[in-house]
Amino acid sequence: MSHAPAVTAIDPEVRDWPASRRVEVDEALSHYPNRRSAVLPLMWIAQREWGWLSPPVLRLVARTAELPEPEVFGIATFYTMFNLRPVGRHHLQVCMTISCSLMGADRLFRHLERKLGIGHGETTPDGRFTLRRVECLAACGRGPCMQVNFDYHENLDEARVDALLETLT
Amino acid sequence: MRGPLLFKDIDTAGLTSIATYRQLGGYETLVATLGKTSPDECIEIVKASGLRGRGGAGFPAGMKWGFVPKDSPKPRYLVCNADESEPGTFKDRELMEKNPHLLIEGCALAAYAINAHVGYIYLRGEFEYIQRILDRALAEARAAGFLGRGIAGSGFDVEIHTHLGAGAYICGEETALLSSLEGYRGQPRLKPPFPAVEGLYACPTVVNNVETLMNVPSILRHGAAWYRQWGTEKSPGTKIFSVSGPVRRPGNYELPLGTPLSELIEKHCGGMRDGLKVKAVIPGGSSVPLLPASLLDTGLDFESMTAAGTMLGSGGVIVIDDQTCIVDALHNITRFYEHESCGKCTPCREGTYWMVEVFERLEAGRGRAADIDLLNDVSDNILGKSFCALGDAAAMPVMGAIKHFRDEFEYHVTHRRCMVNRRREVLAGVAP
Ligand SMILES: Cc1cc2nc3c(=O)[nH]c(=O)nc-3n(C[C@H](O)[C@H](O)[C@H](O)COP(=O)(O)O)c2cc1C
Ligand code: FES
Repeated sequence: MSHAPAVTAIDPEVRDWPASRRVEVDEALSHYPNRRSAVLPLMWIAQREWGWLSPPVLRLVARTAELPEPEVFGIATFYTMFNLRPVGRHHLQVCMTISCSLMGADRLFRHLERKLGIGHGETTPDGRFTLRRVECLAACGRGPCMQVNFDYHENLDEARVDALLETLT
Repeated sequence: MRGPLLFKDIDTAGLTSIATYRQLGGYETLVATLGKTSPDECIEIVKASGLRGRGGAGFPAGMKWGFVPKDSPKPRYLVCNADESEPGTFKDRELMEKNPHLLIEGCALAAYAINAHVGYIYLRGEFEYIQRILDRALAEARAAGFLGRGIAGSGFDVEIHTHLGAGAYICGEETALLSSLEGYRGQPRLKPPFPAVEGLYACPTVVNNVETLMNVPSILRHGAAWYRQWGTEKSPGTKIFSVSGPVRRPGNYELPLGTPLSELIEKHCGGMRDGLKVKAVIPGGSSVPLLPASLLDTGLDFESMTAAGTMLGSGGVIVIDDQTCIVDALHNITRFYEHESCGKCTPCREGTYWMVEVFERLEAGRGRAADIDLLNDVSDNILGKSFCALGDAAAMPVMGAIKHFRDEFEYHVTHRRCMVNRRREVLAGVAP
């Protein structure tokens, strides 16, 4: 079962950075001796602004970093944290690696799948949640754990995760 | 006090602010060192301390700094490896989250020692909140004159920036990290040339782990002999061990190198929970071979671990209980390496794929008698034959598991199920 993207449609009008992001973009570029090195920081700024890296957004990153477009697309697909499709408002990223697995990550993930009615990589029809299996988050002593967007939630079990989901509107 | 060195002040309220850090003597070493102790003298002190890299390989830090060519006309760079992506390891996260200024002071001192004027702290993408903590601390340090032009009243300039990765285990490998920092896909480069000679932008670059750099201020302040009061002759100092798995008190522990593994688990972590027993321990992050419970008295130092057939690695101690299936645990670990293989070289890319296939077959009860040797054989075709050490990290744990727990692999073939499997039975509610 897979659902259509729910949050942001591709905005073909994205041509430039909004004025509110100019300072961040210039700051990122100033940290390195060449523009190429700013490609990851630029992608992060873009993802903060638009939620995901659509083709027009990646073209903007390519122009800013002065890199060929295909190369920027190749870089974006290499890393797992760049969203190449829209994601829900709350991106649930559940660690499935060994230490968390020893503490019940598989069970937690199945619980989330059932409760939300979606599987790995899918988004709820209302655009509220995207569910994803991820690898070790450096929270191994407090597993099972997940990141919701960038926030860490640790020592989880079904009850705690249910209570957490209530607060994520 | 949670530990003698890095964890001495770690839980002090407000330690992330420069005011609190300075009340505890922070930045005094930087002020006392710059312009008074020469860069070469700093390198000699760190060499004499015997400090070894805490990122996994244990390479002597002072020796690495000494490899930076003195006559190179190129700029030099310091890079802090804050990628912390080795499964089972979560020490750098706590260190940076709670004591960002100690890292900044360590970076500034290391930069001074190798005469670098720019440093980067490469954080894994998930550490966005730590980037915010560090950026705030960097701004405080700049305002106080500990970064920027003529720092701490000396003639030395240094600037440090944070750089956020975006999800790729391979970017913890130092040359892949440098590719990523330069704006390429994070794939490793051939060594030699080593980064100390040709690293970032083909310039001499020292890459050190967070914990390594955090040890530098106290070594330069108190001297090599003082530092050597902890640890062993060849593995001096303390180490932060990250303990995970079903122990009573998982977490980070700072202990002198050489402390027996059993003491860490029994005394510090309070032993096992829920009446479980230790079956095996992976002592240095998921990339190293496991130790069976019979070897728990092994000392947590580089030499003892190597002698016992494994490695100290990153100090990520993963405790596996007697109700966990070793085949299942190694399946999980192998799946990680398959996912994280960067695809650059064939042995690692294809080998990890085939190992996962074989594990899936064993797990599904379709294993063949020849599969156990097949796993060994595929591992052997990756080990030492892949482009970077990620391949070795995938191969060694499988070979180690077969060596110590061959009976569990055989049970899978003959009985078509796990010998025991708490993880699946109790935790997931499905048949083993
Ligand atoms: C696949 C792989 C992943 C690695 N991940 C990390 C990491 O997350 N953090 C780290 O400090 N070192 C990591 N390393 C080790 C680095 O390559 C390098 O040895 C280290 O950063 C050097 O610093 P040190 O001498 O201070 O330990 C990794 C190595 C490999 C092969
Ligand atoms: S194994 Fe889950 S955070 Fe490390």
